[in-house]
Amino acid sequence: MRTAVRQFARQLVPALVALASFTLLLGIIYPLATTAVSQVAFGGRADGSVVERDGVAVGSELIGQPFLSPQYFHSRPSAAGAGYDASASGGSNLGPLNADLLGTVVERVAEYRAVNGLDARVPVPVDAVTASASGLDPHISIANARLQARRVAGARGVAEGDVLAEVDAAIDQPALGVLGEPAVDVLALNLALDARFGAVD
Amino acid sequence: MSWRDLLEIAALVVLLAVTVPPLGRYIAAVYGSRADGTAPGDRVFLPVERALYRAMRIDHRREQRWNAYAMSLLAFSLVSLLGLYALLRLQGALPFNPTDRESVSPTGAFNIAVSFVTNTNWQWYSGEVAMSHLTQMFGLAVQNFVSAGVGFAVVIAIVRGITRTHDRSRSLGNFWVDLTRGTLRILLPMSFLFALVLVSQGVVQNLGGGTSVDLVDPAAAEVVGTDTQTIPGGPVASQIAIKDLGTNGGGFYNANSAHPFENPNGLTNLLAMWSLLALPFALVVAFGILIGDRRQARLLGSVMVGMLVVMSAWTVMAETNGNPRLTELGVDQSVSSLQGGGNMEGKEVRFGTTSCAVYAAATTGTSNGSVNCMHDSFTPLGGMAPMLSMMFGEVSPGGIGVGLMGLLVNALLAVFIAGLMIGRTPEYLGKKIQAAEMKLVTLYILAMPAALLGFAAVSMTLDSANTFQPGPHGLSEVLYNYASAANNNGSAFAYQGTGTDWYTVTQGIAMLIGRFGLIIPALAIAGSLAGKPVVPTTSGTLPTHTPLFGALIAGVVVVASGLTFFPALALGPVLEHLSI
Repeated sequence: MRTAVRQFARQLVPALVALASFTLLLGIIYPLATTAVSQVAFGGRADGSVVERDGVAVGSELIGQPFLSPQYFHSRPSAAGAGYDASASGGSNLGPLNADLLGTVVERVAEYRAVNGLDARVPVPVDAVTASASGLDPHISIANARLQARRVAGARGVAEGDVLAEVDAAIDQPALGVLGEPAVDVLALNLALDARFGAVD
Repeated sequence: MSWRDLLEIAALVVLLAVTVPPLGRYIAAVYGSRADGTAPGDRVFLPVERALYRAMRIDHRREQRWNAYAMSLLAFSLVSLLGLYALLRLQGALPFNPTDRESVSPTGAFNIAVSFVTNTNWQWYSGEVAMSHLTQMFGLAVQNFVSAGVGFAVVIAIVRGITRTHDRSRSLGNFWVDLTRGTLRILLPMSFLFALVLVSQGVVQNLGGGTSVDLVDPAAAEVVGTDTQTIPGGPVASQIAIKDLGTNGGGFYNANSAHPFENPNGLTNLLAMWSLLALPFALVVAFGILIGDRRQARLLGSVMVGMLVVMSAWTVMAETNGNPRLTELGVDQSVSSLQGGGNMEGKEVRFGTTSCAVYAAATTGTSNGSVNCMHDSFTPLGGMAPMLSMMFGEVSPGGIGVGLMGLLVNALLAVFIAGLMIGRTPEYLGKKIQAAEMKLVTLYILAMPAALLGFAAVSMTLDSANTFQPGPHGLSEVLYNYASAANNNGSAFAYQGTGTDWYTVTQGIAMLIGRFGLIIPALAIAGSLAGKPVVPTTSGTLPTHTPLFGALIAGVVVVASGLTFFPALALGPVLEHLSI
């Protein structure tokens, strides 16, 4: 036993030096070098892909925002803080049979149909009534966007066809055509609507 | 599942098939496969390594007996643990804390320190709320690297145990050299390149605390109680790269790889899945080269691939079928060209259900634990698959080093059982497997289930530990989370609050058992094998590179964990599925 302790103690010097050296190399030099190269090569991306409108930062290309006005396409339900709180990302983590989840979905289905003037027989796209994993999902499905188009067009007093054209333009196609799902970028779509038809007060 | 999903999976398979063999050859060269001992990049790396060895005051040519090797590993882990613990306890008072994070409680810090040192990266806290930039860089990122480096060292030591014969000293190499070479030559360059690719796609990499932006819709601002949104910053890409490559899995943000700033699009998602699997599979290739018998490696690799394919297909089927309860409520979960469909609670639209399910199989087949969707909201059977992958001991293909180690131990058990059936002394890779080794194998096989089921059972009886959801799903949460800790995975059924003293301490202990309670018996086996002569192959030798033997290994893995965990699983996910 005593030899084992002595043997162990002898290893502490290399252990301390190794940890200190690796901290210098991997904890300081590596992240700083990555930051330096990233800032030079991909400045905007490395800083969060911030979107500006009239010189004011109004969001990030990659992070979803809450939308509730009828003139805007609505994002998915969010479990991040009070909704789309980018400093509290996360999902609901409710189990598939959890009564809270099922009760909330019933309410969301009814509200979605009411807000968008849909018949009670119209099935509601699943992404419209479920919370995303991050709570910051910037996308909705094409099916979800198309069902919202009539309401948005009515609220803005424009033709539904024009709004649908903007929906098509806001689809992020999967990388290389197959990686992931095609999805409608809600913030980009709503900013495009404001630019074309005028902003909402 | 759509044609697009199939092509995405095909893209992952092709990417792995193209990159894993050269990566395996590179790893083998780093660990001395060439006759002259050289390796690519010697001119760059050798001077740095020599300087490090001098600073550590070690003689890099001097080999260590298996127990000295284990002592070095333990000493390094202990020093890392104490250093990280101190950093967490003091972070509130330390500089480079632009987001003003407070110090962490004693039990919480113990849990985090153990978690990152054991390559688990279990997170009971939210990264964006609890960790300062200094802790992320100095503490967590460093352990992300070196805990994977330790994994390389372990598997290389085991290789030496197999290839050496009549070694009276039972030496397995030099831990410090193995750790340093794996970290510097494999993990660091790969992470640097991967981090830059991630930044080009939108993963953030800066030293700021975040940017405040004005919300576009004033009506929504009223409901959420603020008219601004804070776009978070931080040295994210540099950490995400090693998190994925080093089978770590601890996210910078709470939502882990579901967060748009960790995993912004389909391309980064594909690369993330690749990076979960690449090094564990490459190590199998390297193993074949280093032991000089690629057929054995091919067989072990096939078992891993087979298990991974089955678990992926299982999860994909469960999740794309959706949640039957939601269909009754008028929700459309069908797969079409207009929506990804499936069980979308806790999933992101840009990835879709299939990508999530494959990611879940990859992250629990390895000991990674990074997630791109929330496993707690999976359907009962969909959530059972990743749980089971962990309970198998994470051998498809497992964590860096420790995954292959696990499958090799199961192979010893398989030759032992086969030996009993055919009445011959079991042999594996030319070495006789005797009582001493089998005792260690038993110790190895029992450690993880004992920690998992023991703590889970006590948790179910404690009122204060009831932080889980009602019904059988609650038991699933407790089982999943201890399976994650005891297998050093780190993914979670995250509804359950695990920040209490009971959970932080017991899960910390489970992680320690799952790491060192497995590594030390494995090193002891390797030391014992190094001292043995090679048995000549005869017509009576059981061949261990045939599909029959592969089926036997897979059978041992499945039956051993099946017998151990079936009663608990029956009351958790199986019961939940039956009550849909």
